[in-house]
Amino acid sequence: MQITKDLVVKIAKLARIRLDDSETEKFTTQLGAIVGFIEKLNSVDTAGVAETNQVNGMENVLREDEIENFPKMNELIACSQHPLENNQIKIKKSI
Amino acid sequence: MSEITSLNLVETRKLLSEKKASAAEVSAAYSQRIAVLDPKIESYLFVAQDQASENLTGSLGGIPIAHKDVFCTSGMPTTAASKILENYVPPFDATAVAKLKQAGSVILGKVNTDEFTMGASTETSAFKKTRNPWDLARVPGGSSGGSAAAVAADLCVFATATDTGGSIRQPSSFCGVTGLKPTYGRISRYGVISMASSLDTIGVITKSVADAAIALEILAGQDSKDATTGSAPVEKYSENLRTDLKGLKIGIPREYFVEGLDAGVEEVIRAAIDQLKKLGAEIVEISLPHTEFAVPTYYVVASSEISANMARFDGIRYGPTIKNEDAANLVEMYFENRTLGFGDEVKRRIMLGTFALSAGYADKFYKKALQVRTLIKKDFDDAFTGVDLIAAPVAPTTAFKLGEKIDDPVQMYLADIFTAPASLAGVPAISVPAGFSADLPVGLQLIAPQFAEAKLLAAAHAFQITTDFHLQKPTI
Repeated sequence: MQITKDLVVKIAKLARIRLDDSETEKFTTQLGAIVGFIEKLNSVDTAGVAETNQVNGMENVLREDEIENFPKMNELIACSQHPLENNQIKIKKSI
Repeated sequence: MSEITSLNLVETRKLLSEKKASAAEVSAAYSQRIAVLDPKIESYLFVAQDQASENLTGSLGGIPIAHKDVFCTSGMPTTAASKILENYVPPFDATAVAKLKQAGSVILGKVNTDEFTMGASTETSAFKKTRNPWDLARVPGGSSGGSAAAVAADLCVFATATDTGGSIRQPSSFCGVTGLKPTYGRISRYGVISMASSLDTIGVITKSVADAAIALEILAGQDSKDATTGSAPVEKYSENLRTDLKGLKIGIPREYFVEGLDAGVEEVIRAAIDQLKKLGAEIVEISLPHTEFAVPTYYVVASSEISANMARFDGIRYGPTIKNEDAANLVEMYFENRTLGFGDEVKRRIMLGTFALSAGYADKFYKKALQVRTLIKKDFDDAFTGVDLIAAPVAPTTAFKLGEKIDDPVQMYLADIFTAPASLAGVPAISVPAGFSADLPVGLQLIAPQFAEAKLLAAAHAFQITTDFHLQKPTI
């Protein structure tokens, strides 16, 4: 399939990445080549083949639902460069 | 001092236990060598000071090691070689780091990687271009290029690493060192910055197979913090190493000897297979029919998972960020932080994954890739009903030149052609030095069924101790 500039602009917006014109141009060419390459998968007959999400056979690994506090809460939120208030990170209003 | 740093883990442990050198002397020898040689190799992103300990009680007591910079290390920067995590100092250790610390290891520092481990040359690192110790004009491979180059240049005893599509094995092949990618879930991923969660595998790059066996004994096992860690018992890998291959049947997949495999590499691999035969293995040709679809499958699955995993990097909780007052609103702030924080390869993969998961394309690309993954895994399941191990090349070429493939993503992705299949199947594999082509190292890949690391390491050891390729050192 054809990867167009419009599609790249749309994907970049979904991915929260801003592209300038020359980057849009470059990524359109590169993603076009990559998608052309992965379209090779269309030649494989996968009728009735199950999907694999997990390979080592572990499933439904359960544990007791116990609350465990992270011991270094202050150090953890101090990793943020935004102002802190009441043990929380202060950011722009989201709505 | 160079005598100390040329020793492998087994030899360094002996040196320390016989008190021929103190742990402080061993650490100092490495620190000095890093100070002198790393400006040429550029493998370290962060060098720790005064970490030496005289606590020799653990199985790694006093052993200086390096961690790939995606392993969270309490109190030490952990950047994933990305600007978006520049100056991030995690307040906790990854399980792998904690286990190695508990065994007495000394952390020399953090080593370079492709940004968020996305690459096959370590050139996508936002901070440094690591050089191949065998030829400084060439890449060390990637993404664990810092780990492989540091081990090859004797800048640590061994290094941790991660492998998602070949990131331990390919740089190990390029740098002439031993690289073990265990079974998916054999070692906890907790505290290791994720790239593609269904593929990311923790392992080590070492100076010998015996060293890798010791490291795996320490690192392997279930972890309540990583629900994908397997319940298979951890074996005494280092006590079950072999000196011959009698009674073992080793399969050679015909799909790994195709056009694109460099003639010099093929010659080395064919000679290595002869060596396996001399050691008593029965060699049979096998087929892994879906091999050619592994790289496209890998790039759809990995990129899709990447686009989800990278969503957490928004500049709010860690990393450099623009100030609240400089952004019009929260969404603008995300755009700004991610646009400035991520390099081109990360952006490319996030966009590819976003595309593969987007409305209208998810079935055509993502679902299809998950189905082909089933067929690739079945190829291995079928093959292992008839053979104990598989032997193959690690990479189609030796180390390429810096800059050679950086602008051609598809060519760069094809560097994973012989490593991606084992990653998709979750089976363990190892790269062992097998010779040289035009003075550049070539690795032999051995692949085993899931959780059969004991058999894998035993056979790789037999090959290694009857050859001397792993003992050869680059002149830097």
